[in-house]
Amino acid sequence: MSNAITMVEAVNLALGRAMSQDEKVVLLGEDIGTNGGVFRATVDLKAKFGNKRVLDTPLAETMIAGLAVGMAAQGLKAVAEIQFMGFIFPTMEHIVGHAARLRNRTRGRLSCPLVLRAPYGGGIHAPEHHSESTEALFAHIPGLRVVIPSSPARAYGLLLAAIDCPDPVLFLEPKRIYRASKQPVEDNGVPLPLDTCFTLREGDDITLISWGAMISETLQAADRLADEGVSCEVIDVATLNPLDLDTMLASVTKTGRCVIVHEAPKSGAVGAEIAASLSERGLLELRAPIARVAGYDTVMPYYRLENHYMPNSADVIDAVRQTLEFA
Amino acid sequence: MKPSREQQLWMYEQMLVSRYFEESIEKIYMEGKSPAFNMANGPIPGEMHLSNGQEPCAVGVCAHLDADDVVTSTHRPHHVAIAKGVDLDRMTAEIFGKKTGLSGGRGGHMHIFDADVNFSCSGIIAQGMGPAVGAALSRQLQRKGGVAVAFLGEGAANQGAFHESLNLAAVWKLPVVFVIEDNAWGISVAKSASTAIERNDQRAAAYGMPGHFIPGNDPLAIFEVAGEAIARARRGEGPTLIEIETYRLAGHFMGDAEGYRPEGEKDALFAKDPIPKFRNHLKASIGWTDADDAELVARAHGLVDGAIAFARDSAYPEPEEALEKVFV
Ligand SMILES: Cc1ncc(C[n+]2csc(CCOP(=O)(O)OP(=O)(O)O)c2C)c(N)n1
Ligand SMILES: [Mg+2]
Repeated sequence: MSNAITMVEAVNLALGRAMSQDEKVVLLGEDIGTNGGVFRATVDLKAKFGNKRVLDTPLAETMIAGLAVGMAAQGLKAVAEIQFMGFIFPTMEHIVGHAARLRNRTRGRLSCPLVLRAPYGGGIHAPEHHSESTEALFAHIPGLRVVIPSSPARAYGLLLAAIDCPDPVLFLEPKRIYRASKQPVEDNGVPLPLDTCFTLREGDDITLISWGAMISETLQAADRLADEGVSCEVIDVATLNPLDLDTMLASVTKTGRCVIVHEAPKSGAVGAEIAASLSERGLLELRAPIARVAGYDTVMPYYRLENHYMPNSADVIDAVRQTLEFA
Repeated sequence: MKPSREQQLWMYEQMLVSRYFEESIEKIYMEGKSPAFNMANGPIPGEMHLSNGQEPCAVGVCAHLDADDVVTSTHRPHHVAIAKGVDLDRMTAEIFGKKTGLSGGRGGHMHIFDADVNFSCSGIIAQGMGPAVGAALSRQLQRKGGVAVAFLGEGAANQGAFHESLNLAAVWKLPVVFVIEDNAWGISVAKSASTAIERNDQRAAAYGMPGHFIPGNDPLAIFEVAGEAIARARRGEGPTLIEIETYRLAGHFMGDAEGYRPEGEKDALFAKDPIPKFRNHLKASIGWTDADDAELVARAHGLVDGAIAFARDSAYPEPEEALEKVFV
């Protein structure tokens, strides 16, 4: 039997597994070696695989991403950690400007397999850069896969898939649920599919679509709504680019109603893309407008205000009720 | 340039305020975070980077600045903010996330902004540097006088922004001084593991500006070197790079187990604590007495205790306030 582990332990397990399976996998980042990462995601890996496989870099994010691109070009698979997503913007130089478009630019002759991991999102009551959800900035980029796990098992399987994937992958780890719960995860080396949503709960009345840390709020809402006789289907998007619209559309076709839940600010976010695509392809199946429960269009506020900023299960329940009452 | 008696006492007092401030924040930060350390709990959640031991860098430099001069600081800003004259009550309230804070309690300890004294921070490593260069450019173009000082850690000196800033500041002879607080560590990464040269002042030559290294975490030496660099900037002769050997007596952030430090390093640093050293110097040089000291310590503590009481007594912001001031 496998042990119950947290999400951050599952990340560590997947990294170790990938490194033992493929000696071309090299980890790099700030404080990931000796220190095991500020969130402990790479703990013990340097001791196990040595300092040629786990590299503590200087403090220089543009270069970390540049290294990953160059390593990919010469046959290594870099799995780079960006300490917090708030420090990721300098990497866009390489990730957006080069990595994401190399396949297209060379008509498929070259690709740029690399993984950029970063803890993201709210939950530790830290300010701004340390709590934001800016996944939409990256999900907008053709050629860049954006993957977000919502449980230890999915973190394990999706990270293995990301490391296996011949495309560049941004792997965002919701720090709020790094240690929130434990789940048995078998270290079997089996990746989960990228590009597919996970239907976590089947239901007939309404489809709830979410990802990352908001999945637990969404599932809690579904539980409480079930007590009232409302049957919710809950979908974990997991891969935000490219989107598995077929799964979402099939669900909405069945239920006729949809609420999308995410913690990023509402405007221009991935929820907007999902809602627009579902409307384009499934307008006649919808019995109510698609609702969005999201963060506010403001800078992530510090501390006490974070609880007000973050969507919670009560917000989801309100949105579900309104959607059900629409007609 | 030697500091006068008044300047020395000013520096010493700022160091006392700063140290007692950090010690107080340290205690309050731990409220609600034990037995299990969870960063999200307590009256001050999130990361907390304390500056214990690094006070000489702040006071030796800021002794030459007035409110009109510009300072950009880092994720470890308290000592510099205090020496620059940032409103202590409102800074403390900001750290507590209170409505009376400098940013209405929305920014916390890494985002201390006080326009009254031209003080700002960047929680993003090295990214206070470009704005400092820009502030200096603005003063130069508008012939307004004043200098800008960018504080940074030795870890930040390997960011592109460091090199880009030094280059341009030198090319345009801008009134800016770059001050590296070399505490030997960027979180867990030793300077020797991230930087191929021993001292960053050597890099100044590559950009065409004077570079100085100040050993020993010595406020008097810092005062002298910074004084000349700032005077040079005021004369329109361009930028200077200064690296100060300093000591981080705390962890990188609160909750840091510091497993990466070699055995005995912390004890050796505490033995070189700059505050008792400065006190002894004052006793030897200007006849400073224990009674004088007790009085100054009491004043420093009173100031800090007052700021903490102000912060504790202040209200939290209303949730709606988070939505204001995004656009005009
Ligand atoms: C761009 C960026 N990358 C990473 C971090 C996370 N981080 C915060 S402080 C720090 C180390 C900074 O070292 P140094 O510049 O020497 O300053 P010190 O902490 O020693 O004062 C790191 C990596 C950050 N804040 N910004
Ligand atoms: Mg340092």
